[in-house]
Amino acid sequence: MSGGVPKLRLRGLRKAFGAKQVLDGVDLEVAAGHSLVILGGSGSGKSVTIKCVLGLIEPDAGTIEIDGRDLLRMPRREREAIGDRIGMLFQNGALFDSLPVWENVCFKLLAQKRIDRRRARDKAAEVLAQVGLAASVGDLSPAELSGGMQKRVALARTIAAEPDLIFFDEPTTGLDPIMGAVIDGLIVDCVQRLGATAVSITHDMASARRIGDTAAMLYAGRLVWSGPAASLGQSGNAMVDQFARGEREGPIKMELRR
Amino acid sequence: MAAILLDPLAALGRTVLGGCRSVGDVALFALEGASHLLRPPFYGRRLLRAFVEIAWFSLPVVALTAIFTGMVLALQSYTGFARFNAQSAIASVVVISITRELGPVLAALMVAGRIGASFAAEIGTMRVTDQIDALTTLSTHPMKYLVAPRLLAAVIALPLLVLVADILGVMGGWIIATFKLGFVSEAYLKASFDFLETDDVVSGLVKAAVFGFVIALMGTWCGYRSRGGAEGVGAATTAAVVASSILILALDYVLTEAFFAR
Repeated sequence: MSGGVPKLRLRGLRKAFGAKQVLDGVDLEVAAGHSLVILGGSGSGKSVTIKCVLGLIEPDAGTIEIDGRDLLRMPRREREAIGDRIGMLFQNGALFDSLPVWENVCFKLLAQKRIDRRRARDKAAEVLAQVGLAASVGDLSPAELSGGMQKRVALARTIAAEPDLIFFDEPTTGLDPIMGAVIDGLIVDCVQRLGATAVSITHDMASARRIGDTAAMLYAGRLVWSGPAASLGQSGNAMVDQFARGEREGPIKMELRR
Repeated sequence: MAAILLDPLAALGRTVLGGCRSVGDVALFALEGASHLLRPPFYGRRLLRAFVEIAWFSLPVVALTAIFTGMVLALQSYTGFARFNAQSAIASVVVISITRELGPVLAALMVAGRIGASFAAEIGTMRVTDQIDALTTLSTHPMKYLVAPRLLAAVIALPLLVLVADILGVMGGWIIATFKLGFVSEAYLKASFDFLETDDVVSGLVKAAVFGFVIALMGTWCGYRSRGGAEGVGAATTAAVVASSILILALDYVLTEAFFAR
């Protein structure tokens, strides 16, 4: 990576669950303002990687640097302050069922920043508009929304506190291709508007090309390739090309029990 | 041959170790939950919501349980005491039984069924749908937001519910005594209050506060530790009700010993 300190840098990240080594020395860098897409089959360690960065899982070894500072070796308060600037869109949205949409959207502003509830409501309407939803949606419960709307509300919640590093865990999974493209477009717009750095996990190649500047592939807990997202399918790496084309035969062997 | 002997021992050892691990985990969970009550930020709105859920929505079931228990107690005492011509002791038996034991224990068991299950199901569902992880990513400590307000709300709400249960339980006994058994209303009430001591009521309220803590603790702990989708949430809900019910009965004995053993 050329020029300056990367926004996010992982070095030798390792994590095992019992005898299973899920991350086996992951090295990764994302430049500030760039969008990286992480590819890989199920169980390759993609979600564990971002959960380590988010502090949801403690890695066994390695370093996680944000703006050049190692998260794992800093005091808890400083780590919390950095965590404050990170956003996350969960695969299933993970909206809080017990709260109306507007409180979901402004959750961080209400619970952590302690802004006035009336101001939060106005802010929720403003952010919902950014993801193409009417202010009236704010009064609904998450259970009353379709899958696509839930994803948009989850995106609104992610961007409401204006983070500068955002993670997206399979943002288009479970959506039809058109809604998937809409969500991808919103992600690109929101990330550009905030000037944020984005790291996304996806299995959807069309989505990867739309939202990623660069792509990286994890296989068996290691980074096996990184390059421009536009080159997926013609990367020259047999594993990446097999994965991008969804081919059964190739260097990636699926573990099937017969 | 050796395997036949050792396998049951190994299973017993695993069970004992698992039990010890769970006890330690519950203790640490309780300490962490309680410690968040002392450190800001505080979520007053969550506390109020949990209080209303426990106190207000449990009121009908606790009230009905108390009133019918008082009625049955008066009836049973009468049929038993009549054999010794000791019917006049009914008022004191009802008021002491209700305030010391039946009010706190039955109210707590009813609340354990309602609230313990509800806490475990809600937090368990949040766990398996990533909502608890989402709280962390939104810079909110899940223990502070989900557990601490529920613990405090239950400790405040249970004594209030038990106070209502005490009044209604005594009232249930009075209804049966005056309208069915022919007692003079004023004499029955006078006998009730003459025998009642402050310690009877206070011990019941202290028990209620302890039971409230246990119900909220087991509900939140079982939910927080649940794994494995809908089945895991179901198991957590059952475990919360069973564990809190058993703990209520066991702690009732311990507290009774502490208050009244000579």
